[in-house]
Amino acid sequence: MYPAAFEVTKARTLDEALAKLADLGDDGRVLAGGQSLIPMMKLRVAAPTHLVDINEIPDLDGIKQVNGHMSVGALARHADVVRADVANHTVAAAAPWVADPVVRNRGTMCGSIAHCDPEGDWNSVMLAVRAQVVATSSSGERVIPIDEFVKDFFTNSLQEGEMVTEVRVPNYAGAGGGDYLKLERKIGDYATVAVAIHLDLAGDGTIAQAGVALTAVNHVNTRASDAEAILVGNAPSEELFAAAADAAAAAADPVSDIRGPAEYKRDVVRVFTRRGLASALAKAQD
Amino acid sequence: MTTLQEPATSPEIGGIGHSVKRQEDDRFIQGGGTYVDDVVLPNMAHMAILASPFAHAEIKSIDTAAAAAVPGVIAVVTGELLAEHNLAWMPTLSGDTQAVLATDKVRFQGQEVAAVIAEDPYVARDAVLLIDVDYEPLAPITSPQQGLEPDAPIIRTDKEDQTDNVVYDWEAGDEAATDAAFAQAVNVVELETFYPRSHPAPLETCAVVADLNPITGKATIYLTSQAPHAHRTLFALVAGLPEQNIRIISPDIGGGFGNKVPIYPGYVVATAASLLLGRPVKWVQTRTENLLTTGFARDYHMKGALALDADGRITAMRAEILSDQGAFFADAQPSKFKAGLVHICTGSYDMGAAHVKARGVYTNKAPGGVAYRCSFRVTEASYLIERLADNAAHQIGMDPAAFRMLNFIKPEQFPYESATGFVYDSGDYHTALQKVLDEVDYENLRKEQEDARAEGRYLGIGIASFTEVVGAGPSRDYDIIGLKMFDSAELRIHPTGKAILKLGVKTQGQGHETTFAQIVAEELGIPSTDIAVQEGDTDNTPYGLGTYASRSTPVGGAATAIIARKLRDKARLIAAHLLEANPDDLEWEPGRFFVKGSPDQGSTIQEIAFAAYTNHPEGMEAGLEGVHYYDPPNMTFPFGSYLVVVEVDPETGTWKVDRMVALDDCGVRINPMIVEGQIHGGLTEGFAKSNMQWLTFDEDGNCIGSNFMDYLVPTAYETPKFELLETVTPSPHHPIGAKGVGESPTVGSPAAYVNAVIDALRPFGVTTLDMPILPDRVWAAVKAAD
Amino acid sequence: MEVNVTINGAARTAEVEARTLLVDFIRTNLSLTGTHIGCDTTSCGVCTVLLDGTPVKSCTMFAFQADGHEIQTVEGLKNGELHPIQAAFKEEHGLQCGFCTPGMMLVGKALLEENLNPTDDEVRWAISGNLCRCTGYMNIVKAIQTAGAELSAAESGATA
Repeated sequence: MYPAAFEVTKARTLDEALAKLADLGDDGRVLAGGQSLIPMMKLRVAAPTHLVDINEIPDLDGIKQVNGHMSVGALARHADVVRADVANHTVAAAAPWVADPVVRNRGTMCGSIAHCDPEGDWNSVMLAVRAQVVATSSSGERVIPIDEFVKDFFTNSLQEGEMVTEVRVPNYAGAGGGDYLKLERKIGDYATVAVAIHLDLAGDGTIAQAGVALTAVNHVNTRASDAEAILVGNAPSEELFAAAADAAAAAADPVSDIRGPAEYKRDVVRVFTRRGLASALAKAQD
Repeated sequence: MTTLQEPATSPEIGGIGHSVKRQEDDRFIQGGGTYVDDVVLPNMAHMAILASPFAHAEIKSIDTAAAAAVPGVIAVVTGELLAEHNLAWMPTLSGDTQAVLATDKVRFQGQEVAAVIAEDPYVARDAVLLIDVDYEPLAPITSPQQGLEPDAPIIRTDKEDQTDNVVYDWEAGDEAATDAAFAQAVNVVELETFYPRSHPAPLETCAVVADLNPITGKATIYLTSQAPHAHRTLFALVAGLPEQNIRIISPDIGGGFGNKVPIYPGYVVATAASLLLGRPVKWVQTRTENLLTTGFARDYHMKGALALDADGRITAMRAEILSDQGAFFADAQPSKFKAGLVHICTGSYDMGAAHVKARGVYTNKAPGGVAYRCSFRVTEASYLIERLADNAAHQIGMDPAAFRMLNFIKPEQFPYESATGFVYDSGDYHTALQKVLDEVDYENLRKEQEDARAEGRYLGIGIASFTEVVGAGPSRDYDIIGLKMFDSAELRIHPTGKAILKLGVKTQGQGHETTFAQIVAEELGIPSTDIAVQEGDTDNTPYGLGTYASRSTPVGGAATAIIARKLRDKARLIAAHLLEANPDDLEWEPGRFFVKGSPDQGSTIQEIAFAAYTNHPEGMEAGLEGVHYYDPPNMTFPFGSYLVVVEVDPETGTWKVDRMVALDDCGVRINPMIVEGQIHGGLTEGFAKSNMQWLTFDEDGNCIGSNFMDYLVPTAYETPKFELLETVTPSPHHPIGAKGVGESPTVGSPAAYVNAVIDALRPFGVTTLDMPILPDRVWAAVKAAD
Repeated sequence: MEVNVTINGAARTAEVEARTLLVDFIRTNLSLTGTHIGCDTTSCGVCTVLLDGTPVKSCTMFAFQADGHEIQTVEGLKNGELHPIQAAFKEEHGLQCGFCTPGMMLVGKALLEENLNPTDDEVRWAISGNLCRCTGYMNIVKAIQTAGAELSAAESGATA
């Protein structure tokens, strides 16, 4: 299949890209990894009139530690995240399950985050770890908490002329652990259900911070706030995790489709949350 | 009899039994294959097809003006235009008719409605989206049950004598004898199951480059074809072109699996367009077009029952099949068998009576079907009996392996006439299953299963002991729209002793260029690497019905052996002439005739070949060439036993294969390496169907599975690791004892996977699951049992 | 727009539309038809090429994005002699219809550049973005491992 015709700007610097995006307004679309955008264009589900290709911009591909967080640049590919020595367990667990190995060589974490596909993995991970998204435009930079960034079904909170230039994953304050459990039908498939788990333990072993976020079971990646509230401040136990798992399942409102009925998906959320909390705890205590 | 054979020829000659490396690989590993999409001709135009978004709708009007106005568009073709040339409809392989481009209404989602021919494929796609069709949607029929309802709308309003949606009613076996056996049964085992629609989905989609030379009238058609000769004849019949002016070239084929047996509308439109425009036209399907419109397989709703006596012996079988044929009956199968060879459903078991009833129904789905790595519905038949066998064993409290051993046809019963009339040529089912049981230490494995259950882990063991029927076929019974299912081989030995072998069959990856050369090497002692095998070009190969239904080795392979033997007979006369000896005094060893008692006095096949052109005996025709058309006396009956061990996670419903042990007996193995490769591939497709791969539809007739994100093909990660075993029971009637192998594992393995998952879940009271065994289905079955 | 690439070591240029996919640029503009097309959804991997040494699906990149970059396709594997990955695919019967083979070999080659001695599971993981319908992957895995052993032997031979 072939995309519709479009115009392109091959930006050589970030400033050039931002100026062009400002200029184009609604008509402009950033081309980073392109692994979601190009298939949509080939199927003519998307037909942007002007692409701003950022792939040749230097220094956007970094994955580095800065000021208590891991910074992932706009051109860091999923494969770069897989290879990097990532301290955050949730990120490390999710990276190998994004798309397939060849797509991971091209697709970018920031691009996936901006795409806001509710079946995408990264936004659940970022919700669980309470990441921040850096949006840059020709008039400056905004640091957006992930909860505000992920707005709706395929909808982010970027404003006209802005692009995602960086994602920030905070480091664990104490002993931390995390996991990402994904039910997919085969490699390369989107999640039928996935659950991102994040735990940060206080010195006394109680849960200081918890993240539970769900993929593909709502119209947008979702934080299971009730599950988190059950966990925070308490000592980890099987009973606690089971209660949190029930709360996480209650936060899922999936559709019944070819991948299974809603009750099934909700139950997998429960099972995955319970299992993910146990493995996150083990990693935190390791 | 079970034997394992040592090769008779040296590795240098590379005859039967040698794992000769494949000749065709040299071009493939260097990017030098030529698939249809690689064919580029001067002045070639490109075609794109407009597909119906509706499963069932009347066409009110088609406006092509905007499409025609796009710069670079050469022509827009509609059914109306084709009708002017009497090409709006075409015959199917099963004698029905199929719309080439819809004129009256569309009958399935994706049906071909119009086509654009343009200078560039991107432009063709742009323009095809600008064709404006006014549809009046009609109620769709999305299941055969729905199609049989009394007030169901008639899909084939184009057929004057069609007053309902029934395609055929067909039966086989002895109903009275079967009823009598069931009346006396101590136990009756019943199963209702659905074998879902599946698609072969070769990685190369279907494609054509049609080149009608306006000056000479010659039509050269590059086609993804498993049956180029039959397609030539069909083109002659459809398009009214003189057959001598049609040349089908089926170049390298990127997988077929049955998908490239039928003729598709796009082929006809491209050919018509080339005829009308006087320039070559290329059409390469998108993946969506491939999955939405081309030969699917299966889609059988099956009810089966076994009658058992007090000892657990099967006395009779009943099978009732309801088949979803889609909008046009386009099955690829012998004319005499409306439901294919599904009446092989008595499988590997000795029973006195059987009765099979089958009914085919039109629905608003893509037309079909094809067999998909299967010999005319043997897959469904095998699945039904092997599911029933497991259920029977559990119902009467017998181990499934022991139940099979009790009921197998015994080695001394061969040739065995089945209750539905097949004469099985040979088999040794007990040895095959025993070897598999020994390999896994079956008794111990059952103990492990027990122990695991105690720990809350759910292991399952599934067995399938299939019998296949392949190699169509004897011309008294087997034809496709009248063309008898013989096949042919033409062998030319050149003066320097090298040879070219031309066949009527057509490889799609099976390795014919190597395997068939080995048959010649075996018979004539010419090194297999000195033999070029040519297939697919109808101007340069003898007539044949093509490659599908595992028929290449049983039929084309036999033709090859026999023509080689005929040339050896002639070579004997030439050798006698050279050696000044009596032909009867000569003995043959691979590659050489020598005088009995004087092994030094001999002529090599190369010397004989040279003499055939330079010094042949007086009164003999020069040359060493010949052609043979082989009409098999019977089908061949490959068999095997498969055992699968799975572990199921009842909480999420996911399952994985721990072990897959597969024993295949395909008779004599020409090239063991290639045979094993075929088995690996077939086992994977069996796994795919049991685990993830199906085509399904919503209530509006929309296909769920119209691309590779929704139609799931397993990757290396999900695919089990296979352990292969073999026995060799040569076919007694085949010249080299071979039986065919490409399809056995696809036929035999699905039941093994399914039986294994059900076995794992028996503690939950689960007794049945349908394919694909999706996690949510497992979860629901476990929940229902809780 | 003009696209300049180094493909299989040779500089090539062609004029294309912005929307021209890299795979079409390679197959049509550069007439290198060893790279295939098998789906529309970035699922099958038969179009895989190496972009600056990294496997990418060339159906999911625009030709202009390869401008100034190096591409290797199956046609560039042989360097006088067959590359060990090519030889191993033939030796181990790692191909049947040949359609997925170029992509599989290139992914295998890239894997071996990181790990000459991959386990069965590591190979399966690395090739899981590429589909094969013929082989059941068994012999593809073996072929990649065999090539790894061959390359490894050549390497230790060279350093000895």
